[in-house]
Order: sequence, then structure tokens, then C-alpha cells
Amino acid sequence: MTDTPRTIEISPVTRVEGHGKVTIHLDKHGMVDDARLHIVEFRGFERFIHGRLLWEVPVIVQRLCGICPVSHHLAAAKAMDVICGVDELPPTAEKMRRLMHYGQVMQSHVLHFFHLAAPDLLFGFDAPAAQRNIFEVLRQKPELGRRAILMRKFGQDIIEATAGKKIHGTAAIPGGINHNLPIATRDAFLKSVAEMRNWAQDALALARDYTLSHAELVGSFAAFPSNYMSLVREGDGALDLYHGNLRMIDAEGATIFDQLPYDQYHTKLVEDVRAWSYMKFPFIKDIGADDGWYRVGPLARMNTVNLIDTPLANAARDELLATAEGAKMHPILANHWARMIEVVHCVEKIEDLLHDPDLQGTDLRATGDRREEGIGVIEAPRGNLIHHYKVDENDQVTFCNLVVSTTHNNEAMNRSVKDVAVKQLSGQPEITEGMLNQVEVAIRAYDPCLSCATHALGQMPLEVELLDADGQTLDKKARAQ
Amino acid sequence: MIRLIGYGNPGRGDDGLGPALAGRMADATGLAVTTEYQLTVDHALLIADAAKVIFADALLRADAPFEFTQITPSTSHDVTSHSLSPEAVLALCKTLYGRTPKAFVLGITGHAFGEVKEGLGPQARTNLSLAEAFLRDWLAGKQPTPPVGGLAHA
Repeated sequence: MTDTPRTIEISPVTRVEGHGKVTIHLDKHGMVDDARLHIVEFRGFERFIHGRLLWEVPVIVQRLCGICPVSHHLAAAKAMDVICGVDELPPTAEKMRRLMHYGQVMQSHVLHFFHLAAPDLLFGFDAPAAQRNIFEVLRQKPELGRRAILMRKFGQDIIEATAGKKIHGTAAIPGGINHNLPIATRDAFLKSVAEMRNWAQDALALARDYTLSHAELVGSFAAFPSNYMSLVREGDGALDLYHGNLRMIDAEGATIFDQLPYDQYHTKLVEDVRAWSYMKFPFIKDIGADDGWYRVGPLARMNTVNLIDTPLANAARDELLATAEGAKMHPILANHWARMIEVVHCVEKIEDLLHDPDLQGTDLRATGDRREEGIGVIEAPRGNLIHHYKVDENDQVTFCNLVVSTTHNNEAMNRSVKDVAVKQLSGQPEITEGMLNQVEVAIRAYDPCLSCATHALGQMPLEVELLDADGQTLDKKARAQ
Repeated sequence: MIRLIGYGNPGRGDDGLGPALAGRMADATGLAVTTEYQLTVDHALLIADAAKVIFADALLRADAPFEFTQITPSTSHDVTSHSLSPEAVLALCKTLYGRTPKAFVLGITGHAFGEVKEGLGPQARTNLSLAEAFLRDWLAGKQPTPPVGGLAHA
């Protein structure tokens, strides 16, 4: 054992979206002292938005991310609704936007579960990299792969029908929507929605069975308590992915704040900056940075809401929480189960909406008295997403602040990496492929989108580095891109 | 049916070359055109019934204005994020649907990728026009002039 403290660097971390680096700091006894997820790219999207006309913002912000552009489209549109003085959309507009959002969440979760998580879940974290990939999953389970692709296509087709096109949709406009859903399009979706519901339930069973049959692993892998935040529906506190008020609970489920109008987010949340990362670290102002960090996303939503207003997903949530024996669910690997519950929920909501004649309504847009500031919040696939803008008298943006899901989860991801690093790397003489992958699995459980989080664009890789107590690099690991 | 998939991010300067080509080719007879941010698993289904597929993307650090290369299925390209390489999409297509179309990558050389910026630079626009002319000739069964750096024939 060396008497020199060391640091490990992993580069890139695979199957996450974006560019970052993990450094693991060892003390002089070879034990993990700290672990950090660094975000090393920054391209200033918020500055890019400055000067743009408010009408074009919902379209432009989709360029933040190729993975969840619809979430940015809708969050920005909601903020611009406020600026245009619209507090309530016509039913057709709101339901078209909801349909778009449910299609987006469904297809995003399906992609993550089958494409990114399935190799780890099916083959184990320590399986050789040559086996632990999507190609081997599909070679062994081609029917599963074909279903996953058709489920994702269903979600993408919903997006195309509601947003106007699959990428850079233009349908959500300040105050409403620019078209309704034709009956022929509705009927085409109705033909396949029952099959989607059945497949979603099968996927849910896969995720549930994995979690239950690997209870010891799930319960010990970066499974620490935290605060949780999400939107909840006004009144009954139900799951609402499109709209609601903010609720924050602690690890035992006690309320920290509840039914907070989301335009007050800045009264409760503060964004901390650390020199070693471009990604900010939000925390609860009244609690402070040390204990006021929190998690967002599918598992957080299962913990925060009172119920889910669709029967299949609600029953599945009850089953999930029952495994926690009355407490909140903390293991990050339970996110996969939560994600599939939300897929079922989205399909149920899509089916309900397709039977709603409001989707064929013709009152598409409301107007109101102009305001200078607007905040739009939505529950994106990866969690809570905040868009905040100010505009001048020429309709040009003068201020933009985006708090994306991966930023909300920043402290939690760092702690998850440290948890795994302490268990896997402390006192070890060398870094194995399995150890590296466990660090990556901890990050991937959040399905992070680092491109979004730093507001950079495009696909970029992530790295892990080992450093000694003096900050000297002892080892680096990088996978082929 | 021949399918053209033009992919890239138009909000990152010359990375929008693929979608820009797709936009210009939208009216081409007998060509099914799709625009995407990036390639994902579902593109395996999209290309499954095509006779030929052309993946149009921005090309980094190339001397020629564009390159046209035939590709084959490969799983050797690591799947590092949600997006896939064209070769990986072909491999998925073969695994899931038992066939692959004849496939080509039309890489158009760009020069400005770093910053958040809409629109192509002047050299990228020139390269785009050259690539478009080449592709139209190729689709018409002509023998287009091969660019410096290599040309694969259908």
C-alpha cells in the first residue's frame, strides 16, 4: 500500500449524455477521501438566448438537447404564456401540450431502460464490456428489442402529431397551441394504444422483478436517504408531469415546503457554484448546502406525490412503496422501476386524452395583458425543469435562467459516485473494468443529460481520474468513444 | 425505396449540415427524407424496409468538401450515450429485422462547431452545394465526380 494519497480519473463515463469527468481522491492510506463529478464543458446557452424574441424562444430552446427537446419546448412555452398574460390555456391547447409531453416522457424512459440500463441489469455490473451492451441485449432478446423500438416510435409519433415534427416542434406557442389533433390521426393512435399499454405493463414487470430479485444489491448500491422535490397537482397532490405546484419532502416524508407556486422557486432554492465544475449545485435555502440538497426524477416523484390518477400506475406505485415498508424509497436503482411506472402512467394518460373530444377543439390560443417576467416549470423525464425569462418592451429576452433536472441532481450524483467509490475502490491496488462500471452505473441511474446541465450542445464523453493527496494524477481511465 | 437521414444539431453551426442537406433534398423524386438530431435505436426500424440508405452528417477535419463512403454493420463502435453511429444502426437493423439496406455515409465538411450558433458558415454552404449536386447525380444514376478523399459507388 502506498503512503501517498491518490486520485482516480474515469474518462469517459459511458452511456450518459454529455461531457464530464469523475475524479476520485484517495488519502495517504489508499482510502477514498472524496469523489467528484466534474462538468468540463460550457457553451453559454443562456447568453445565446439574450436578445431573442419571446415568440421564437420555445423553438430555439429545443436545441439545448437532442434527448428531451419537447420538455424544453413546453417549459419555455409555459414561461411565455405568463409573459403574454395567459394564466389558463384553452382546454384544447393544454390537452394537446399534455399529449405531447406524455409521448415525450414515455419514449425517453423506454430509451433509457432498454438501451442504456438493460445491459447492466441483464448481464450484471461486472460483465465484460463486450457483452454488456445493447447489441448483446438484442441478440439474446430480439423480441424485447423490437417492442422497445415500437414503443419508442409510438411516443415519437405522438410528438410528431402534436408538436408538428419530431425535432424542433413549433406547436406550443405563447398562450396556446397552433393546431389540434385530426380525427384520423387520433384513430390511428387508438388502434395501437392498447398494445402499448400491455407492453408497458410487461416492461414494468421486468423492472419490478429486477428490483425485487436483486434486493440486496439495490438496497446497498448508493442507497442513501435525501430530500426529494417535484411538482404535485394542486389540491390532491397527485402526480402531474405537466403542471402543478412545488413540493419538497425530507427523507422521512415530512414536508419542507408544499404547494409552492413554482414562480416562487427562487425563494426556496439557491444555486451554489464550485470551482471544479460548470454545473451548479442547488440546495434548499433554509437548510443550507450541507443538508439542503435534494433529488428529482422518477423515484423522487414516486416519493413526493400522494397518488397517481391512473389506476395501473397508481397500483404499481403502491407496490413500489410497500417494499420500503412505510418509509420513502431511497435506492437509486429503484429509479428503473419508477421509470416504468411512469411509462404505464403516460400510456394511460395518452389513452384517456385520445378519447377526449377537446383534442379536436378549435379554440387554440388565449391572450392577456403583457408582463415582463415569466417562469415555466415542468416535470421532464429526468425530473423537475425550470425556465425563467425576462423580456423588454421590444419582446427581446434580457434574462434567462434554466435549472435542468441533472443540475437539481448534481449533489446527489456526486454523493452516489462517492458511495460506490468508497465501497469499490478503497484500499484497492488497481482499478478494474467492473469497478469503473459501478461508478458509471451510479451516474447512469439518474439518466443524466450533461449537455443540458451545462447548457452545452452535442454529444461529448465523460472521464474518471485518480489523484493523490497532493493533487497529482496517478491513473486515468478512458473508454473508446 | 432510398432513404436519406440528415442528422445533426442546426443550433451548433456547421453541425447542421446533415439537416440542411435533408431540407434541400426533400423534393427529390423517389427519396424518403428524414431529419434528426442524432441516430438512435429506432432508426433501425426506419431503415429496415429501404433498399438503400444514406446517412448525411457533418464531417470534422476533412480536406475534401465531402466524402461518400459505403458502410457495413458494426458493433465495434461503443454506444456511449443515447446516440448511435450509422454502423451501429445497421447492426441493430440486422439483429432485429434480419436484413440491412445498402448503406452510405455522406459526410459534408464543416469548420465551425464549437459555439451555440444558428446557420452554416460560408465554406460549409459551399460544401453543402457540392454535396447536393453530387447526390442528385448519384441518385440519377450518373457517374458523379468523385470528391478528393474517396467515393463509394452504389
